[in-house]
Amino acid sequence: MSGKKTKRRDFLFTATTAVGAVGAAAVVWPMIDQMNPDASVKALASTEVDVSSLTPGNTLTVLWRGKPVFIRRRTQEEIDEARSVKMEDLIHPEKDEDRAKNPEWLVMLGVCTHLGCVPLNDKGDYNGWFCPCHGSHYDTSGRIRKGPAPWNMEVPKYEFVNANTIKIG
Amino acid sequence: MSDHDYRPKSRAGQWFNDRLPLLTLANHLTDYPTPKNLNYWWTFGGILTFCLITQIVTGLTLAMHYIAHADMAFESVEHIMRDVNYGWLIRYIHANGASMFFLAVYIHIFRSLFYGSYKSPREIIWILGIIIYLLMMAAAFMGYVLPWGQMSFWGATVITNLFSAIPLVGEGIVTWLWGGYSVDNPTLTRFFTLHYLIPFLILGLVVLHIWALHVPGNNNPVGIDIKKPSKDTVPFHPYIVIKDGFALLMFMIVFAFFVFYAPNILGHADNYIEANPMVTPAHIVPEWYLLPFYAILRSVPDKLLGVVAMLSAILILAVLPWLDTSKIRSAVFRPLYKQFYWILVVDVLILGYVGAMPAEGLYLLIARVATAYYFLHFLVILPVLGFKEKTLPVPLSITEPVLGGSPNLAAARNKESKIE
Repeated sequence: MSGKKTKRRDFLFTATTAVGAVGAAAVVWPMIDQMNPDASVKALASTEVDVSSLTPGNTLTVLWRGKPVFIRRRTQEEIDEARSVKMEDLIHPEKDEDRAKNPEWLVMLGVCTHLGCVPLNDKGDYNGWFCPCHGSHYDTSGRIRKGPAPWNMEVPKYEFVNANTIKIG
Repeated sequence: MSDHDYRPKSRAGQWFNDRLPLLTLANHLTDYPTPKNLNYWWTFGGILTFCLITQIVTGLTLAMHYIAHADMAFESVEHIMRDVNYGWLIRYIHANGASMFFLAVYIHIFRSLFYGSYKSPREIIWILGIIIYLLMMAAAFMGYVLPWGQMSFWGATVITNLFSAIPLVGEGIVTWLWGGYSVDNPTLTRFFTLHYLIPFLILGLVVLHIWALHVPGNNNPVGIDIKKPSKDTVPFHPYIVIKDGFALLMFMIVFAFFVFYAPNILGHADNYIEANPMVTPAHIVPEWYLLPFYAILRSVPDKLLGVVAMLSAILILAVLPWLDTSKIRSAVFRPLYKQFYWILVVDVLILGYVGAMPAEGLYLLIARVATAYYFLHFLVILPVLGFKEKTLPVPLSITEPVLGGSPNLAAARNKESKIE
């Protein structure tokens, strides 16, 4: 066999394999993507909560996208405690002012950033939350202070529709 | 092996066997020459086959009554327990069967560790076994999610969240696994599908595992290569069949004890509370057979490194044939390895114990020491031991130490009788 002929064959093999691989990927992708959140799941993107009954020092837990959301009406003490913390003491530095635009209201996903358990209210070494699963302690701003969780509890997109209603999502 | 000379006696048999040599296979399995000194630790392969078949049969029957839907799964399990004829029995066999399966597989794995069954030329058998073990863990985990109790839900949440430790793509992977923004109905239905699929994958791998075993043949307590067939071997049938059968009966007594007298002792009461995404149970614990790895996960204070440590603890087993540098297989002739072997057994039991305890204070400290030792055993002790250890003289055949005739064999005989 001459070298020239071999090269022609090589080209055909490579081209065929490449087209085949693209075709296979095109078939495989729908099989993978079908597992992502479907339209009906995505449609449940926002929820409105009436918070008029919430008194300072109490937490309301509501379900949003299948996850609990903590709505905490903080006392002045808690706000002062959260705002007096030095940034260098934080594992995931975030100002309380950025987490709670209206200092009285702290709205965040009640999901531990370690492995997704729901932390308990008014527990732990920092008077905020404590995750019973693997022992993460959060402060009164929901920031991670001690334990295996890497980040602060996430603040979702939310707004006050009126004085008594919060829209999450 | 006499496989290729085999010819069925009947003409019909010959006709069939010429077209599909199933009778040759049956003959191979019957005559398969087996070391005559196999002890009862070698009966767990058969016991594991029994466990797999039991799980498949009970699983199929449960699937006829179970409803994979977040709103109905919990009730359908109660329906199985209360209304379905013998539903309680089938479910208890299936649930405890998972525990029995792991009990047997741990004995099987530690048998291999003691007698060096993972060493050349049996590395592929060993690696296939580790893949089977990984699939077993996946199947058990997903099966535990199906009753949709509190432990199901939160176990699923915690384990799937392990993937969120992967940098950049982690969160996307978790959402993809869930089919939503939390563990919910789409998660349940796909777990049911995969839980149904995996046992058949395991079945296929078991066939490969046994096929790979039948190439070099069984290892044995003395750990030497033997001639096959020879006076060192006996045919699989009836010798091993009867021995395996007797061991299986003993095993079934233990199995039946759990099913009939303590069916919930290995489970968690919290799983009889329906899943509630708003409340995490105070103390989440996985099933007992995953506890050592859970302890390793929790002993590392960093999320990503914890997950890496846990996965490494399992995957390190796959490269064990190359970490253990000793040419001698059986611990019978390795006085130092034998001691380190038992330390490892105790270490894993300690990890299992602290895995069930809260991750704080002394428990956390013990978990960290035990985790460090686990890796030390495989990464430092085993490679070094192969060069440093002064091993005992190994007999030339299984028969020799029994009949005598070689100067260095009395020691070997003593050593062997001690462990049996």
